[in-house]
Amino acid sequence: MPLLEIKNLQIEFGSGLSVARAADGVSLMLEAGKTLCLVGESGSGKSVTALSIAKLVPAPPAHYVGGEILLEGRDVLKMSSRELREIRGGLVSYVFQEPGASLNPVFRIGAQIKESLKYHRPAVANDAEVIRLLKLVGIPAPESRLKNYPHEMSGGMQQRVMLAMALASQPKLLVADEPTTALDVTIQAQIIELLRDLRRQLGMAVLLITHNLGIVGDLADDVAVMYAGQIVEHGPVREVIQRPLHPYTQALIQSVPELDTEVACLTAIPGTVPLPGAYPSGCRFHPRCPKARPDCSQAAPDLSQVEPQRWARCPYWNWKANALA
Amino acid sequence: MPLLEIQNLKVHFPVRQPWFGRAKEFVRAVDDVSFAIAPGETVGLVGESGCGKTTLGRAVIKLIEPTSGRIVFEGEDIATLSGAELRARRRRFQMIFQDPYGSLDPRLTVAASIGEALDIHGLAPDATARRQRIDALLKDVGLDPSHAPRLPHEFSGGQRQRIGIARALAVEPRLIVCDEPVSALDVSVQAQIINLLQHLQREHNIAYLFVAHDLAVVKHISRRILVMYLGRIVESGDARELCRSPKHPYTRALLSAVPVVDPDSKRQRILLAGDVPSPIHPPGGCPFHPRCPVAEARCKTEVPSLRELAPGHHAACLASSRIARSTYAL
Repeated sequence: MPLLEIKNLQIEFGSGLSVARAADGVSLMLEAGKTLCLVGESGSGKSVTALSIAKLVPAPPAHYVGGEILLEGRDVLKMSSRELREIRGGLVSYVFQEPGASLNPVFRIGAQIKESLKYHRPAVANDAEVIRLLKLVGIPAPESRLKNYPHEMSGGMQQRVMLAMALASQPKLLVADEPTTALDVTIQAQIIELLRDLRRQLGMAVLLITHNLGIVGDLADDVAVMYAGQIVEHGPVREVIQRPLHPYTQALIQSVPELDTEVACLTAIPGTVPLPGAYPSGCRFHPRCPKARPDCSQAAPDLSQVEPQRWARCPYWNWKANALA
Repeated sequence: MPLLEIQNLKVHFPVRQPWFGRAKEFVRAVDDVSFAIAPGETVGLVGESGCGKTTLGRAVIKLIEPTSGRIVFEGEDIATLSGAELRARRRRFQMIFQDPYGSLDPRLTVAASIGEALDIHGLAPDATARRQRIDALLKDVGLDPSHAPRLPHEFSGGQRQRIGIARALAVEPRLIVCDEPVSALDVSVQAQIINLLQHLQREHNIAYLFVAHDLAVVKHISRRILVMYLGRIVESGDARELCRSPKHPYTRALLSAVPVVDPDSKRQRILLAGDVPSPIHPPGGCPFHPRCPVAEARCKTEVPSLRELAPGHHAACLASSRIARSTYAL
């Protein structure tokens, strides 16, 4: 049984005439100890999907319209508040994008880490365990840091503290939502190395949400690409990055400037990402797609298995681009 | 003659101004920086948070008052100008900002935002000419002129950035300081804006000072790159050459940290220890020495100056003779 299985998740915001479906039939699976990267741009629905794993999207304003989220076989969407409290920070822990905004500014970091321990592992809710966790995430001289307030630490250190808090309960699943986006590139490199080490040491599953294709290859076993509330491609990371099948994935990879290559002009994707509530008819990517055919605006394609272990939401995935494109 | 020549520029902000007397401590945001930009050239300015690149970008066009130094624009030192004299020259240099949501007045229509620039400098003789110029500018940046009466909130981030570019272009500047113009945009839109900036440069022969933290973007668009650390330039040179064969240990670490998309071609990461020190109390000697993987004993006491290690390629590093011989393996 996979650790996490999301089946046809549908989440809406708003009501009546202005309804925005942020997640529209999202399905994915994560085995214990594996890492899945959820890639997408703003408005793709990746954060909403990730937050709903512990039912963290407040409803209202969200409506969980359909689908199941099975965590170790139990549906999160049907859990009681008490059950949800158990799994949050327990079975599944989160690390968010802006550590400065996620840490409580008026409590010392030692106390904040201990808070998680007190709830999930009360037998070891002491300074010694906090110090062990701070060492685990690579904070030098951890004994002297217990009494620091978040504002006394740099962004990179704060993110390490967030990780320590997340790991305090020994979770089986770590959900990291853009954990390095707000950090400088040299600090990002440190945090990525740290995540790799921890994953190996602790054997936990990781769901990493990012728009940065560069870190996908570093951490992920599998990658799922989201566009306009749906998964448009899914497969092992090496395969998807080196041989992308969906036109959106192909265009995305091509539009990222790379240090090692030189092009005169970047391959841009024309147009803009559609907003939830204003999705195009038929295939949601068709207005921007270099391979679009006339019937792409009529029929919305399903996510189909096109090769062993590879899924793509495009009936023309193995056709060449239009001569006119 | 260079379009812009910066000489020994310093921008120091006082910290904890006491009630009486002068401030004792300063944030040395920009600490003795010198460089030049040729007409129509793109110079990239890279560095991480707190290195001073945004402050430098703003000081160069006098959005921030420099503490000392010269800003020689088209042969004239504008560092000490103000008021009407400065405004007269402001036509020649403009800025594009990072935040497409904060840099446009939410109460002005697109036409009004762009037209404001024309009005300030008296560039439109009558309403028809003004309208025509605004339409032409919108077309230039890839927007539909019929959208001119709309308000900023009706546009996406990428479109707002285009409006900001149109506004900067309105006065026909010779230099545009681009302060992280694509960082806040989605990946698929970044490429559009970068292509647009390059196209406009070729069309109008505009020079750019391109301030960013994304090295891959900077390398793509720049002819030369300046690397900043704690308020100083630590390396400068031709973009391709600098990325291929960096001479300063910080540049090497920075380059090695840039994420690579292809999972099979991973470069060896140089991990720097610790965090960037405070610009109020920079370390003695070389500002980079506490984190430097190749620091020697003298790096703690001697401050290295920028020296030419290869034609057109400068680095401020005492140990550079050791690194100069090796080429960075990509």
